[in-house]
Amino acid sequence: MAADWSLPRPGRGALAVWRRNLRVWRKLLAPAVVLNFGEPTLYLLGLGFGLGAFIDTMSGMPYLVFLASGIIASSAMTTASFEATYSVFTRMQVQRTYEAMLATPLTLDDILAGELLWCATKATFSAAAILAVATLLGVVGGWQALWVLPLAFLIGLCFAGPALVMSAVSDNYDFFNYYFVLGVTPMLILSGVFYPIEGLPEGAQAAIQVLPLAHAIALTRPLVAGLPVNDVLLHVAVLVAYAAGGFHVALALTRRRLLV
Amino acid sequence: MPPIVRADGLVKRYGGFTAVAGVSFDIPAGCCFGVLGPNGAGKTTTLRMILGMTPMTAGSLSVFGLGMPADGRAIRRRIGVVPQADNLDPDFRVDENLEVHASYFGIDAATARARVPELLAFANLTDRRHAKTDTLSGGMKRRLTIARALINAPDLVMLDEPTTGLDPQARHVIWSRLAALKARGTTLLLTTHYMEEAERLCDELVIMDQGRILDRGTPRELIRRHVEPEVIEVRAGDTARFRAFAEHHGCRLEQQGMSLYCYGQDSAPLLGFLQQDADLVYLHRPAGLEDVFLRLTGRELRD
Ligand SMILES: Nc1ncnc2c1ncn2[C@@H]1O[C@H](COP(=O)(O)OP(=O)(O)O)[C@@H](O)[C@H]1O
Ligand SMILES: [Mg+2]
Repeated sequence: MAADWSLPRPGRGALAVWRRNLRVWRKLLAPAVVLNFGEPTLYLLGLGFGLGAFIDTMSGMPYLVFLASGIIASSAMTTASFEATYSVFTRMQVQRTYEAMLATPLTLDDILAGELLWCATKATFSAAAILAVATLLGVVGGWQALWVLPLAFLIGLCFAGPALVMSAVSDNYDFFNYYFVLGVTPMLILSGVFYPIEGLPEGAQAAIQVLPLAHAIALTRPLVAGLPVNDVLLHVAVLVAYAAGGFHVALALTRRRLLV
Repeated sequence: MPPIVRADGLVKRYGGFTAVAGVSFDIPAGCCFGVLGPNGAGKTTTLRMILGMTPMTAGSLSVFGLGMPADGRAIRRRIGVVPQADNLDPDFRVDENLEVHASYFGIDAATARARVPELLAFANLTDRRHAKTDTLSGGMKRRLTIARALINAPDLVMLDEPTTGLDPQARHVIWSRLAALKARGTTLLLTTHYMEEAERLCDELVIMDQGRILDRGTPRELIRRHVEPEVIEVRAGDTARFRAFAEHHGCRLEQQGMSLYCYGQDSAPLLGFLQQDADLVYLHRPAGLEDVFLRLTGRELRD
């Protein structure tokens, strides 16, 4: 139906949905903190020092700086992607939380906008934890690295949008395996988190420029390393386009699914 | 006083299937309005249309004088909902469920927290206020859902089969809570397939089947209009002779499995007949809504 595709019109109710999720998250703060700090610490210490022993510099910076700046972006990606698939699907279908919300003044536009903001918030938390660990390890180039926090929010929006589309069409949790194996994991491995994409065949490089993670890293890396940031507008535009496009498609498909 | 709900020719089609086939009714303020119908009658679909959760295929709907769907938000702000299947938030404790639900109405946290004790007392859940919702019994969940539906001090409360699946004790507690709400003047819209529930609570009701409203009235009016005042149910024994006798006396007879139902105006001669045959087991009672319901919707199974 055409009405399903009408433009999103979220209101202040989105913040109520965001606060609900924050309230649940605060109850599980301890395991969340362990996950947010523990995982990147392991990566940075294990991979950074282990591989760093063989690799002196990469793209003109110490390997630990290269790795930390890449993992900030990829962690924002995976955090937002998990939240917008498994967790959102649980609230939408399994717990029927949306059904309860839809019987209040909230609209589906409010609900999905709240979810999108929440996914980005969680992505920001995870980026902040990694930034803190990286700072302690002495790999952060200066105060400009704080720009990584609003950037992580944008990266979160960017990956939450398409992941919400997956939740809108999924019938069960297993379906998300396709999305992660065919989309998220290849991006993680190929987009320049662990090594520069210049090493890849040209066709692969072109394909990767169409996907958002490489653009996210193109922004986080110089910010963390204390280098000048190039092509800001292009990279931000790609991230915004995925966020906005993903959200609109997700909202249309979720309207079609729930408002019957 | 204008009606709280005015539905005019509501239709809902799913592809070629018509779930609601043009229903019209209005619900006066302060009324407990019942929608009585077998499974699949279209009760839930009708409630969802009133909430704007299901777009209507045709018809028009005004609630509190506001138009659906244009004023959906404003309408839902003044309604409390008890859905057919519980959808309490399992991520929260009992009291938090009420507070979080309040936030969806834009009620600030302090106001919500102040309302919670009264609502928990109303639902007899004060001592379970810190319990996780998945540790509650079915009856407690229903009561919590009713308390949740009152968090916004609604002018209309809609309850979709509020006591289905509950044991008799739990059902009676719910009925007393609904009677208390009614006494406060809250307008109630209730769907059910329990006649006793409808007879106890509803001032007015419609009987619905296959997406249509078959009749409307008070429970008494419906009984008077559709069935004879007395029923004799013969449950065991050889009914052949009794059947002939009853027919001769102008009774309307219905056979259902082993039971013979005999509807009539004056049962005295029939009872005299039955008392002479010790093999015949029977029950004599005044006609009720259930008889109306079965008369109007038939006796075939609905799934
Ligand atoms: N989303 C849907 N798609 C197709 N058919 C539906 C849908 N929702 C309900 N129906 C059908 O509409 C009819 C009325 O359903 P419902 O309103 O739930 O009945 P009731 O609440 O009276 O049991 C049923 O036959 C049901 O199967
Ligand atoms: Mg129903």
